[in-house]
Amino acid sequence: MKTEAVRMAFTKRLLELAREDKALFAVATDSRGSVTLGDFASELPTQFVECGIAEQDAIGVSAGLANAGLRPFVCGPACFYSLRSAEQVKVDVAYSHMNVKIMGVSGGVSYGALGGTHHATQDIALMRAIPGLEIFLPADGPQMEKLTDYLAGSGEPAYVRMGRGAVPTVYEGEVPFTPGKANRLAAGQDAALIACGEMVYPALEAAKRLGQKGIRVSVYDMHTLRPLDEAAVLEAAETGLVVTVEEHSVHGGLGGAVAEVLAVKKPTQMRILGLPDEWLRSGASAEVFAHYGLTGEGIAAAVLEAMGQ
Amino acid sequence: MDAEQIARLANQRRADAITMIHRAGTGHTGGALSVLDILSVLYYDILRVRPEQPLWEDRDRFLLSKGHSVEGYLALLADLGFFPKEELRTFSVAGSRLIGHPSNKTPGVEVCTGALGHGLPVGVGMALAAKRLQKNYRTFVVMGDGEQAEGSVWEAAMAGAHYKLDNLFAMIDRNGLQISGSTEQVMALEHFHDKWAAFGWEVTDVDGHDVGALLDYFHSAKAGGKPHCLICHTVKAKGLPFAENQKDWHHKVPTAEQVQQGYKALGVEGVSWA
Repeated sequence: MKTEAVRMAFTKRLLELAREDKALFAVATDSRGSVTLGDFASELPTQFVECGIAEQDAIGVSAGLANAGLRPFVCGPACFYSLRSAEQVKVDVAYSHMNVKIMGVSGGVSYGALGGTHHATQDIALMRAIPGLEIFLPADGPQMEKLTDYLAGSGEPAYVRMGRGAVPTVYEGEVPFTPGKANRLAAGQDAALIACGEMVYPALEAAKRLGQKGIRVSVYDMHTLRPLDEAAVLEAAETGLVVTVEEHSVHGGLGGAVAEVLAVKKPTQMRILGLPDEWLRSGASAEVFAHYGLTGEGIAAAVLEAMGQ
Repeated sequence: MDAEQIARLANQRRADAITMIHRAGTGHTGGALSVLDILSVLYYDILRVRPEQPLWEDRDRFLLSKGHSVEGYLALLADLGFFPKEELRTFSVAGSRLIGHPSNKTPGVEVCTGALGHGLPVGVGMALAAKRLQKNYRTFVVMGDGEQAEGSVWEAAMAGAHYKLDNLFAMIDRNGLQISGSTEQVMALEHFHDKWAAFGWEVTDVDGHDVGALLDYFHSAKAGGKPHCLICHTVKAKGLPFAENQKDWHHKVPTAEQVQQGYKALGVEGVSWA
């Protein structure tokens, strides 16, 4: 099983692109280590901006750089960019329509053992409530590379959430990636799993487990949360049971987005799997996932329960 | 443009501002009037901008971080031809692009402002971009004094000095009053000059209604490796004798009669567009 940290796939690709395109900038908040921007900072110092531990300033500075025609990627822990600098994201980037890419690393419970201060499990709910931001949760390194290519050429502000640790690679060889278009990775008629980010791999594992019991489920990689692929959601609903899986609060994230579509357009039985509305148990991310059932086994069990089996 | 001419135009824009606020039934009278000599010096003499080409890439950048003082700012942009003056009639009318805080849907406005403490970080980004791109444009940010309690102002103050942004000007409309009372009662700023100096800025105090002094300052400003902070001592609601230096006029709306009194006190006949 090949594994790769999504943040490293991002910074490697960004550096390759920025060597050729001098308008691509990286902005950091004493985060060059945690993001893995050290090589970028040493090789392209004139395209790198250090703001110190000042997320509000970093987002505002990035908006100013964008106003001058530069295309900044502001990179740091998702827990801080989503909340500490939420108003700068809202006003300076989204409301002002400045072409800034907000790259939240170590999202979800990547910093699981560091406790609630460092858990980023509200970021998607918050970003979804700010109009005009594209939102992406890449499933693995190869997809992140494709996403980086898209972001580097796009004129739209965006929020991207990545994890910290190495995760199994979902895509090998050809990597299908169209922003706003979900990838259907498995087809089945009994239920549909819609997952995003680093929950796509365990969703695929769950589908395998269910397959061994003769239950065929579709699996969708919903890498783009805005614009949401409503057609894929409605297609998933054809199975009669939609189960969403995310490394985020069960409020306001992928599950919320899917439920908003289905409640209006095609009421369908649903389960929203994610992190509960409580201060989470601390621990390494794998331990946190195991505790809350965000594993292949846990997801499969939730599907069986929903099917009454 | 000479100082006398600019002072006259500033009063004309004051008349525009109180008329806009009266017609809309909403607005921030006090701050709109205190800042107008500063804005007039910038827009009538200092800023290199092209009203017919608002996004000209080498334009000087201006940010009204104290976005609630929008009325006089819009009147200035209209007077320079960024959009038709008659459009000032639509200020704060439902659906208008001239809303209660600056929006960059209005030609000439760089980014949306009005949430305090946002302008200086964005200005640092603009000024830093000029340095990195080797461009000659300068960046000017006007803040309120009450706004100085926002921590993000000081994050940007550190960054401006760290990057030696001598192409960046931060101006503070030091009228001494905010919505709840004097700045010193609400959250003391003094020793204000020393704070900015300690953050590594070249700091100057000036009478923010002395147009000649403001012109001299900008014309003699030199790029010496430090960002520039200009503390402009002003009078809230400057020009309206019945409102000057009264905190209630932060967002009090003048009556029709008070607008007429205002025209008289400002030495203007009225406004052309209303």
